[in-house]
Amino acid sequence: MILENIKNKFPEASIEEGALLTITVETGRYRELALYLKNDGGLAFDFLICMTGMDWGDSLGVISLLQSTRHEHKLFLKTFTTNRENPELPTVSDIWETANLNEREVYDFLGIRFINHPDMRRLFLRNDWVGYPLRKDYDANPEVNPVRLYSEETFDVTPSFEATSHGGEVSEKENVLFEEDEYVVNIGPQHPATHGVLRFRVSLEGEIVKKVDVNCGYIHRGIEKMCESLTYPQTLALTDRLDYLAAHQNRHALCMCIEEALGLEVPERVKYIRTIMDELNRLSSHLLFWSTLCMDMGALTAFFYGFRDREKVLDIMEETTGGRLIQNYNVIGGVMADIHPNLIHRVKEFLKYLPPMIKEYHEVFTGNVIAQQRLKGVGILTRENAIAYGASGPTGRAAGWSCDVRKHTPYGVYDKVDFKEIIHTEGDSFSRYIVRVEEIMESLHILEQLVDNIPEGDYAVKTKPLIKLPEGHYFKSVEASRGEFGVYIESRGDKFPYRVKFRSPCLPLVSIVDQLARGNKIADLIAIGGTLDYVVPDLDR
Amino acid sequence: MKYEEFNDNEYLEQLRASGTNVVVGCLDEVINWGRSNSLWPLTFATSCCGIEFMAVGAARYDFSRFGFEVTRASPRQADFIMVAGTIVHKMAPVLKRLYDQMAEPKYVIAVGGCAVSGGPFRNSYHVVQGVDTILPVDVYIPGCPPRPEALMYGMIQLQRKVKVERFLGGKNRKEKRSKNEKGEEV
Repeated sequence: MILENIKNKFPEASIEEGALLTITVETGRYRELALYLKNDGGLAFDFLICMTGMDWGDSLGVISLLQSTRHEHKLFLKTFTTNRENPELPTVSDIWETANLNEREVYDFLGIRFINHPDMRRLFLRNDWVGYPLRKDYDANPEVNPVRLYSEETFDVTPSFEATSHGGEVSEKENVLFEEDEYVVNIGPQHPATHGVLRFRVSLEGEIVKKVDVNCGYIHRGIEKMCESLTYPQTLALTDRLDYLAAHQNRHALCMCIEEALGLEVPERVKYIRTIMDELNRLSSHLLFWSTLCMDMGALTAFFYGFRDREKVLDIMEETTGGRLIQNYNVIGGVMADIHPNLIHRVKEFLKYLPPMIKEYHEVFTGNVIAQQRLKGVGILTRENAIAYGASGPTGRAAGWSCDVRKHTPYGVYDKVDFKEIIHTEGDSFSRYIVRVEEIMESLHILEQLVDNIPEGDYAVKTKPLIKLPEGHYFKSVEASRGEFGVYIESRGDKFPYRVKFRSPCLPLVSIVDQLARGNKIADLIAIGGTLDYVVPDLDR
Repeated sequence: MKYEEFNDNEYLEQLRASGTNVVVGCLDEVINWGRSNSLWPLTFATSCCGIEFMAVGAARYDFSRFGFEVTRASPRQADFIMVAGTIVHKMAPVLKRLYDQMAEPKYVIAVGGCAVSGGPFRNSYHVVQGVDTILPVDVYIPGCPPRPEALMYGMIQLQRKVKVERFLGGKNRKEKRSKNEKGEEV
């Protein structure tokens, strides 16, 4: 149906059929197609999952994965330009808001300028960086970009490129972030309440926030570029270090993506083990969320309570995987080693241990007047905006958007367990908080159903020592602790991936900070950041 | 771990090589006893190691048992900086500034593979190949991330180092500072 509609409307678009449709269109009709995909009632592609900047050798371009939250179908939309000297593409940031930061990322990595994008500056790298690292001909010589020990200049005015009419001349325009007489406060990158090295520039009117400008890149480690020179098993190690609080889930996504591309079926036992570990990981992450949010808001005792219980989860994971934080447990085709004989027994003990603790959490923090007043009705995110910005995970669910990947496209053994998708509709800081606390209980419920039923069998299937993925592009996502974590791999049949892109759940979370904080007090910015619970190395990659 | 087993650090013996003055040496020891038992770290973390650093501060490991007590959010109040996590090109000037803002005497601990040498990200275009290229490092703690026990061991090594330092009685043997290509001391 989708295919027919698009073929009729856009006969010149080339369409590849595969697991998902891939539509390639010339730049001239790219925007028109994008608008059609979003606005047509039968298609309604309103969620841009991930946008990947590509260097195909002879051309540069972007490939975006779109999803319809209403009809649950997905497709790839692709466009390209052959001009490598001065690549320009039309923007879609006004169609899907999440494209705003994504296009800045593409500009940063590949130097593609997006016409009519409001703010075309680098997202991660310094603004005096030479070259575009994800181009295949990038000069990685450290002499070109030495470690500079002076701070980069921060500009209040950024460039944007505008085309007046269709095919018209492109002119550079100034985009004013902050006016001359605005009162701008710098928060970060070294700040205890930004959860890592994130930098905000906040314009204030008294103590009311007028605008927040997010500056990322203070922990941009270039993982995607590194993956291009690593074999598939080697790339696994880097995923754990993206969002270290969802180490196991990230790696699960990459393993599944590679397994799917290889057509490898993993044993049932592996699925069970992976799901159990995913949920343990979610528990440890949400417990840390609770601790740090409370700490940010001044409740230091809560920090100790949360960490006390989190250590118990880490103990269970450590016994089996050998790692506390970063486990390196999933491998292609299974897991690294079989579960420890104590695992089942210890998980059961923990299942009994945690619920009274959660009750205690509610007593010390949730019911507290100060906590309630600082969280309730603050930083409201609407469902439409959650989808437009792609803020999935607990944040999206707190705004009433049913976006749990575990429910919508089940992986592991999530289709065999009974669990509720926690959805609240208020969209404020308090509902983001309560969704996570309730998800802790739901994770316990999932574990309860799984621990006794782990089937016998192998913990891994044998794979060839040299793994080559068949030519094509693949995408697979999981529900990580903070939202949908996806892996996009483009393979040319080599033992190295041609391009790997990680769909970070945290980048959309950061992009909504401005909107949530506007009109609130500066102190609420910290609470909003705390409830969004982003992990900076994950968004910076 | 028994205290004698800590005596495995030849570097600390070298610091004491030039002998001690009996009278002021004792005064030094008193000062250093106090200093080494109230070393306050800066709240600084960029990535994974930072979470382990938080774990060391939390209930189970609790570094305040050894006098690390509280982490300070302002570099002006901190005695040492735990460089916990990867330092990338964009962060390098910020880290340098943080270090410059700290009051003397100040110390640096490089935590984890990334801070020690670039770790798993050594080949990346945007990662600094070890913080010792921009700061003088006192203690290296390898690991990815190091276990809380390892962090604690490293921090106690720093305490031992502080204990053999001298203000009054004689001088510590000093390494000559190395210079980079531009002739600046590093």
